[in-house]
Amino acid sequence: MAISFELTDNSRCARDFYRKMAVEQMRPIARRYDVEEHALPTEWVDYYWEHGRKGPPTDFSTPADGMVQVCIQVEELCWGDAALYLRMPTASLGGAAVGSAGTFKGDGPPIWGAMAITEPGAGSDTAAIQTTADFDGDEWVLNGTKIFCTNGEGASQFEGGFVVVWATVDKSAGRGGIKSFVVPAKTPGMKLVGLEKKLGIRASDTATLLFENCRVPADHLLGSAKVRKKDPSKTGDKGFKGAMATFDASRPIVAAMAIGIGRASLDLCRDELEKQGIRIRYDAPRCDLTVIERDFIDMEAELQAARLLTWRAAWMMNHGKPNNLEASMSKAKAGLAVTKITQKVVELLGPIGYSQKLLAEKWMRDAKVNDIYEGTQQINQLIVARRVLDYSSSMLR
Amino acid sequence: MIEFEPTEEQQLIVDTVRQFAANEIRPQAHDAAESRKLPENVLAQAHELGLVALGLDEAHGGGGDRSAVTGVLIAEELAYGDLAIALAILSPSLTGLPVTEFGTDPQKAEILPALVGPSFCAGSLALIEPDFRFDPFRPTTRAALDGGDYTLRGHKCFVPWLDSGDHVLVIAMEDDDPQAFLVPRNTKGLAATPERNLGLDALPTVEIELDDVRVPASARLGGDAGCDVHSIIDRGRIALAATAVGVSRAAFEIARDYAKEREAFGAPIATKQAIAFKIADMAIEIDAARLLVWEAAWLLDSGAKATREAVLASRQAAQVALVVTDGAVQVLGGYGYIRDYLPEMLHRNACGYTNFETLTLI
Repeated sequence: MAISFELTDNSRCARDFYRKMAVEQMRPIARRYDVEEHALPTEWVDYYWEHGRKGPPTDFSTPADGMVQVCIQVEELCWGDAALYLRMPTASLGGAAVGSAGTFKGDGPPIWGAMAITEPGAGSDTAAIQTTADFDGDEWVLNGTKIFCTNGEGASQFEGGFVVVWATVDKSAGRGGIKSFVVPAKTPGMKLVGLEKKLGIRASDTATLLFENCRVPADHLLGSAKVRKKDPSKTGDKGFKGAMATFDASRPIVAAMAIGIGRASLDLCRDELEKQGIRIRYDAPRCDLTVIERDFIDMEAELQAARLLTWRAAWMMNHGKPNNLEASMSKAKAGLAVTKITQKVVELLGPIGYSQKLLAEKWMRDAKVNDIYEGTQQINQLIVARRVLDYSSSMLR
Repeated sequence: MIEFEPTEEQQLIVDTVRQFAANEIRPQAHDAAESRKLPENVLAQAHELGLVALGLDEAHGGGGDRSAVTGVLIAEELAYGDLAIALAILSPSLTGLPVTEFGTDPQKAEILPALVGPSFCAGSLALIEPDFRFDPFRPTTRAALDGGDYTLRGHKCFVPWLDSGDHVLVIAMEDDDPQAFLVPRNTKGLAATPERNLGLDALPTVEIELDDVRVPASARLGGDAGCDVHSIIDRGRIALAATAVGVSRAAFEIARDYAKEREAFGAPIATKQAIAFKIADMAIEIDAARLLVWEAAWLLDSGAKATREAVLASRQAAQVALVVTDGAVQVLGGYGYIRDYLPEMLHRNACGYTNFETLTLI
């Protein structure tokens, strides 16, 4: 092996494929679905389901680049529009549920999957969730309220969709009692009670779901029903730890989403500056650089730094290397860097930066969520800190 | 394919240099700075390792490995030991590498054998000028043909000036083009004055005045073809950025270890989020800067121009070094301000990354 930053032919091909889709399908409707919050972007959903989901034509004679390629694809789509990307019909947020539940079929209408974890009183502290699952007869009965379910409308309301619900089967067992359950769309007892109005990513449906004696068959529990009462951080509880491990895969993807938005902002900024005859000079002496040039160069460095951390975390997955630390590093860096970049671009562009005539203001709003969901900046700092200090979760709270 | 793992051969070099830095360089860092004197034995030992010779011309006794990636891996590890000592160890590269890349055969025969000889022989580069408007691509020092000779006029600073060297490579404008000239240190008209700076205490550096310094036309690096000063500066910036990552890593480790040992209010301060998060941020930024450096070096190795990437990597690494070493001083609290502990020196050294441009090469 040797250090290399050369994209594979497959990665280039995928990048170009999704970039074209971003330019032709996403950008033209990005503003409309930001304004028409909660409206289903039918043309995008149908297009993606028909043409996008199978991906680019792949040349199997050259190597694919696994998760790195996934990150490159996600960056392109979110360069197009992060909110529409999130609204894509996909089961991926349902994660492992796809195979187990067998609800995902190749043909037919678009299908969404959603994860229902967060509750009004339990966000980052997922071990504190209150939704209960009781075994009754040969069914699980779910009761509780779930908020911030991305794709929650599609997953709960449209035929073929499904929601993966986290619930406790034994509150006294703490984390060990938390299990996940597949709830197919339209299951009686599962109600869509609201869609959040948000700062950004407005085309993405963020649902509140109410579970009132919602019954699902016994085999809709994912994994084992067995409850481990001991401290799961010490015994290696597979249920909770397994759920947490999915973050090691999803955090680089969220980082890539952020990077796509950041790059969109920087590209726009560069174009607008060039229209005014301003070119960024990389070979000018320090004292001659304008504030705009300094800011721009620093933003480029920050964005590339985040991208490389993200690719590294993805590359580690490709090689089966544990990447808990590196995944959190990439997410923490990308979430914050892109939040700052998109804000700075609004500032640099002056009055037109704040105007809805351009997308800069939208991207500033869209970017911020990347520093919040899939583990806030602070949660990822905490994970990194524990790893580099070699502290357990009980030693560094 | 995107890869983040050095070759086995590179890893072997990294492991060797890392051990050398920890066992031989670091223990001498403090005393070297306080006494403002390089530990001679370390220079000799490092010379034995052949780290600089590795990149020099094979036909003249070098290793012929011009990989910039290998270069940044070595530079980070050495600087992790100590920046001043690392720059001293690497100083032969300041003349050796440009001569290897651009030199004529007679220039190689004149310069390189000493650098790969039995004992350590320093090199030197005079690029930076003591003016806040300094532009590395357009220095104010001028070179003009006069008869068959070049005459050099100008003022340089931050010029490494170790005892053992005998040449300095001077960057000067020839008409509208920056070029490099091999100048024997004892040439008439060249006056060197030792400097004292904010940091780098152990590294001897000088300001030099070039007052109609005459050198033969054959002193022009590359002869008639000349050399590409832009490429030398790109390499220098990337090399220096690699050392910034090493300095940052040193500061990070000291802060991390101290925070786990030092107790306040009944627990190690590292168990407080205010400290733990600072340490987490340091770790993230150091890794990020390293990857930027690697990418820029990889780009050089691929034969592409890397001016933009060198600027991004060096600005980022400079900023990270400043923040991380300042953070280390802060984590150590009062002890961070005391010279018996290393963070204050690391911080003073790191402050120079915004000013140095090029003090070493890969």
